[in-house]
Amino acid sequence: MEALDALLDPFRSGIDRRALLEVALVGAFCGALGFWVVTERLAYGAESLSHGLLPGLVLAGLAGTPLLLGAGVGALAAAVLVAFAARDERIGPDAGTAVAVTGLVGLGALLALAPDSPQRLEELLFGDPLGVSDPDLAAGAALVAGGGLALAGLHRPLSAVAFDQTGAFAAGVRPALVRAALLALLALAIAVAVQGLGALLVLAVIVAPPVAVRRHTGTPSGAMLAGAALAVLAGVVGIEVSFHAGSAAGASVALALCAAAAAGAALPARRE
Amino acid sequence: MSAPVTTGPAVFADGLTAGYGGPPVLRDVSFKAAPGQALCVLGPNGGGKTTLFRVLIGELTPAGGQVEVSGRPAYVAQTERTRLDFPVTALDVALMGALAHGRWWLPPRRAERAAARTALERVGLADQAGVRFGELSGGQRQRVLLARALVQDARVLLLDEPLAGIDPASAARIGAVFDELRAEGRTLLVSSHDVESARSFDLVLCLHRRQVAFAPPARALDRATLEATYGRELIVLGGDGPARAVTVQHHEHAHARDEPGPRPPGG
Repeated sequence: MEALDALLDPFRSGIDRRALLEVALVGAFCGALGFWVVTERLAYGAESLSHGLLPGLVLAGLAGTPLLLGAGVGALAAAVLVAFAARDERIGPDAGTAVAVTGLVGLGALLALAPDSPQRLEELLFGDPLGVSDPDLAAGAALVAGGGLALAGLHRPLSAVAFDQTGAFAAGVRPALVRAALLALLALAIAVAVQGLGALLVLAVIVAPPVAVRRHTGTPSGAMLAGAALAVLAGVVGIEVSFHAGSAAGASVALALCAAAAAGAALPARRE
Repeated sequence: MSAPVTTGPAVFADGLTAGYGGPPVLRDVSFKAAPGQALCVLGPNGGGKTTLFRVLIGELTPAGGQVEVSGRPAYVAQTERTRLDFPVTALDVALMGALAHGRWWLPPRRAERAAARTALERVGLADQAGVRFGELSGGQRQRVLLARALVQDARVLLLDEPLAGIDPASAARIGAVFDELRAEGRTLLVSSHDVESARSFDLVLCLHRRQVAFAPPARALDRATLEATYGRELIVLGGDGPARAVTVQHHEHAHARDEPGPRPPGG
């Protein structure tokens, strides 16, 4: 009973209850979205986007505007810059993207470490789930509702394009539009999730769940639901660990997610 | 892209040129096929067969010339161009053909599911509906992709090497469905590597980066045309009669994995 009592402790503190709610909301959507991100091999692009939006976050902190707005604008600017840098065929898309993203992170750090900057850089880099506001939670809830609806509506086109792009085109699906919609959802998810997990750790909640469940589920829907459930669970575990061990909350959640991914990859695959 | 269904050709190309930004990979293509006709597209690897299909689907914009297709054509890909690791069943794949009828944002309706099951039945895979696509044999996968095209219910079907390397039972079943589709007045464009199989078609289109011939098989499949189409890939077996038993190297041979000669010991 005492062990159960200890597990319920975080739910009694207002701050930790909000943190639990935040990681659950973000995990529920990102864990499902991640299936398509990994299927379409967009993990590197997602990482670039999440790191590259740092200047937008810092500028929003400096200007006192909502971080969500800064994250959204920052992600958009990063996407444009990365797309531009990746086009240089002389060095290849990987190198171009790496230079662009490193430059953006450097710019963000420069701004954040300026003497007049009030916002602490480490919160933007590593997240602060314990510091989420009511609007942050509202944004998380809106992400789950709106994003979930979008994923449900896009399910058949996403499946058709992932399976056979030309065949999907012949059936009237436009792969470019479907991918653009997926990227828009990804940018939105990163912008919302970056509040709790920070620019450096947010990718864990998108990529780790599908990696963990991929070999153990039989359908796209199954992988999405399992990924969402696993992300929520790992988020709760991370907050629990942080509460009892006094570790950094964002980093604890990210590590719980990555541990789940490692376990899922190591376990023998499901046979039918 | 669309033409009236009632009269005129179901597929029509005039002076078609296509490419991927650089020099054209296909030029001077002019042919037509009527409803109910089956056209075999012959040519070597890189001859332009897939490029022609991508133009007819509308995925690739022609660099020049005219193309008309009656309605939105269905496409049957080579199975190796699909994602075998993607977790979908045979029924899921057949249902993808229903996307052509709109309402893509909603789950499949009962009628769509019924159409997909009927299509799987037509290709002889009713009992495999729940099996993962990646776990089916090559011939079965090809039949599932054909079922997807049947669900799409198109006037024109484009099939990219549907008979390459599949088991005889699958080939027979696919051939029977081809006959049914022709009887229904649908037009088939079937790309192939196999010269012998082209003899059963109404028309043959020979491509080698340009149009070499467009004629009924009796006229298109002479030795000079085939040499112009395939170049050194052509092998003529038992050469007594005129153009008898003509076949070509299969593309698998061109990049076979087994290197001839002994391997060094201990390597």
